[in-house]
Amino acid sequence: MAPPPDETVGIDRAQYGLAALLAVVGAWTVYDASTLDVGFADPVGPRVFPYVIGTGMIVLAVLLAVATARGSRPEPEAGEDVDLTVSADWLTVTKLLGVLLFTVATMNLLGWAVSGALLFAGAAWVLGSRTVIRDVLVGAVLAVGSWYGFYVGLGIPLTPGILDGIL
Amino acid sequence: MDNLDLLWGGLQTAVTPEHLLYAAIGVLLGTFVGVLPGIGPAMAVALLIPVTFTLDPTSAFIMFAGIYYGGMYGGSTTSILLNTPGESASVMTAIEGNKMARKGRAAQALATAAIGSFVAGTVGTLLVAFFAPALADVAVEIGAPSYFAIMVLALVMTTTVLGSSPLRGYVGLFLGLSVGLVGLDLNTGQQRLTMGVPQLIDRIDIVVVAVGIFALGEALWVAAHLRRSPMRVTPVGRPWMGRDDWRRSWKPWLRGTAFGFPFGAIPAGGAEIPTFLSYATERRLSRNSDEFGHGAIEGVAGPEAANNASAAGMFVPMLALGLPVTATASVMLAALQGYGIQPGPQLMSDQSDLVWTLLASLLIGNAMLLVLNLPLAPLWARLLRIPRPQLYAGILFFACLGAYATNLDPFDVGLLVVFGLIGLMMRRFGIPVLPFILGVILGPLMESKLREALAISGGDFSVLLDEPLAIATYALIAVLVVARPVFAVINRKEHDETDRSHDEELVER
Repeated sequence: MAPPPDETVGIDRAQYGLAALLAVVGAWTVYDASTLDVGFADPVGPRVFPYVIGTGMIVLAVLLAVATARGSRPEPEAGEDVDLTVSADWLTVTKLLGVLLFTVATMNLLGWAVSGALLFAGAAWVLGSRTVIRDVLVGAVLAVGSWYGFYVGLGIPLTPGILDGIL
Repeated sequence: MDNLDLLWGGLQTAVTPEHLLYAAIGVLLGTFVGVLPGIGPAMAVALLIPVTFTLDPTSAFIMFAGIYYGGMYGGSTTSILLNTPGESASVMTAIEGNKMARKGRAAQALATAAIGSFVAGTVGTLLVAFFAPALADVAVEIGAPSYFAIMVLALVMTTTVLGSSPLRGYVGLFLGLSVGLVGLDLNTGQQRLTMGVPQLIDRIDIVVVAVGIFALGEALWVAAHLRRSPMRVTPVGRPWMGRDDWRRSWKPWLRGTAFGFPFGAIPAGGAEIPTFLSYATERRLSRNSDEFGHGAIEGVAGPEAANNASAAGMFVPMLALGLPVTATASVMLAALQGYGIQPGPQLMSDQSDLVWTLLASLLIGNAMLLVLNLPLAPLWARLLRIPRPQLYAGILFFACLGAYATNLDPFDVGLLVVFGLIGLMMRRFGIPVLPFILGVILGPLMESKLREALAISGGDFSVLLDEPLAIATYALIAVLVVARPVFAVINRKEHDETDRSHDEELVER
């Protein structure tokens, strides 16, 4: 499979970033384990596993960095709707993350019915839909419907938020 | 026949109107979600877990059985009608199935896939009913050291045997193991890697991990690489097969089942290898071998049966050992634990009613799939035309809803987004998902077994090699690790050969 055009040349530098991330997580795991007390009558203790895993992560980070320098390239995952021949569109990803984080932040305040509707409409818009009114309507139906579905059908009260008393 | 009696008992539990209704809902939901592009069976089960929250375990598992087989079936519909397979297990189905569809034989391709799935699923489930109890009987005797060794074997196998890069497999595995560490250490009551966040003390909910990695990760990855040109969906009528199709299908179904079941039961990545083997075998045995590559029905029948038989085989280690070998099994085990049911060798005896009802519902779900889905196929095909922005917006919506509904805490949705980012990163860097998920699930289990073994021995590490089974398992691991490079060479040769035969075909044309 042809690699994406913006990544055809030489070394995949982003992989160094991944290696660094692995090393940090590994080091932190080891450090965190060193702060634990070892209990009595527990020869393995809570430390051994994190030590092994953290050390393993650091070793993998080094191996990955070496492999990257030698030109090892990842094989990005294919899929039904994934077109690997176009270069990655990180702007859309960032916007989508923005929509998700907005949902997380406002969920308790606005309630699921409103937040969920905005999530659907916002995500559809970011992904290229331009039928805003229809998306908001669909989102509202989904959100209010699922709110009632969980409340009536499953007995789980999702937060009503600002619609408290109306729903 | 003891097992048959128990299965019969399970059938009687499952065949109440209420339970049949749950099975039907499960099958329909599973197929619905499975047909949607970008969603495999594992994600289908993960996304639909919240729906089963307030059901009793029996009803929930009846529904799961339906969702699981429905999701599998939905996936094959997608790969036949669109040219790109959703998961590696459908690659082989997609090759011939889509060629058949383009030649106007979509109805036959869907029919042989559906009936083949039914045959394989039924035979496979019956085999589970025979093997799982026997294995559980043996497994109850297995000590902590051997148990530990078997889990190491499962992890090493999924990590090294699969995928093109073992290094990236291990990266996935260790990331998963790290996630598995987060939370309270049960022996000493100390927090590990929680950063003092109270919601993390209780360990990270595997459902949040799975939905984040599968659903959000996929949606974000698709957002980065969205196919702008719409794909061609082949229109389809009601599936049916002629006499000739039956004659050419039934042997591949049975052979595919024989390939699929054993591979499903061992931790070798589910259906990827058996579907490939089945395809290669049918191609060699077929009298119409020149039709392969242009839409041979055997090339759909065999791999689809292998795919579903391995989906059934997965239940053997899951029920008998509490050991998940595929992502879907991991999610199902997580759901089990959500009901306070401890998976492991005792499951078959402790929860015998539940297990046998589950197995019986697998049979029922399978039959229902056939009855419901043959007529509904044209409807499912229409789902493939859902515009992608709305489709992925919908996936995000339900993913967030599911994560939120588990604890009614927005923190879980935030955590979901974090795992979505990890899922995105893994897709970008070609890190396989299965070792990650197994690491999250098996890591804590391995730790507890290790500590159990060493607490008994008083800290003497040689206890790990005290049992013959443990030694045999480690020997097998060593062989696998050594054999990996050899396999890789053979694989490359085979690939070269298939490439060459492709070239030859092109030249002939």
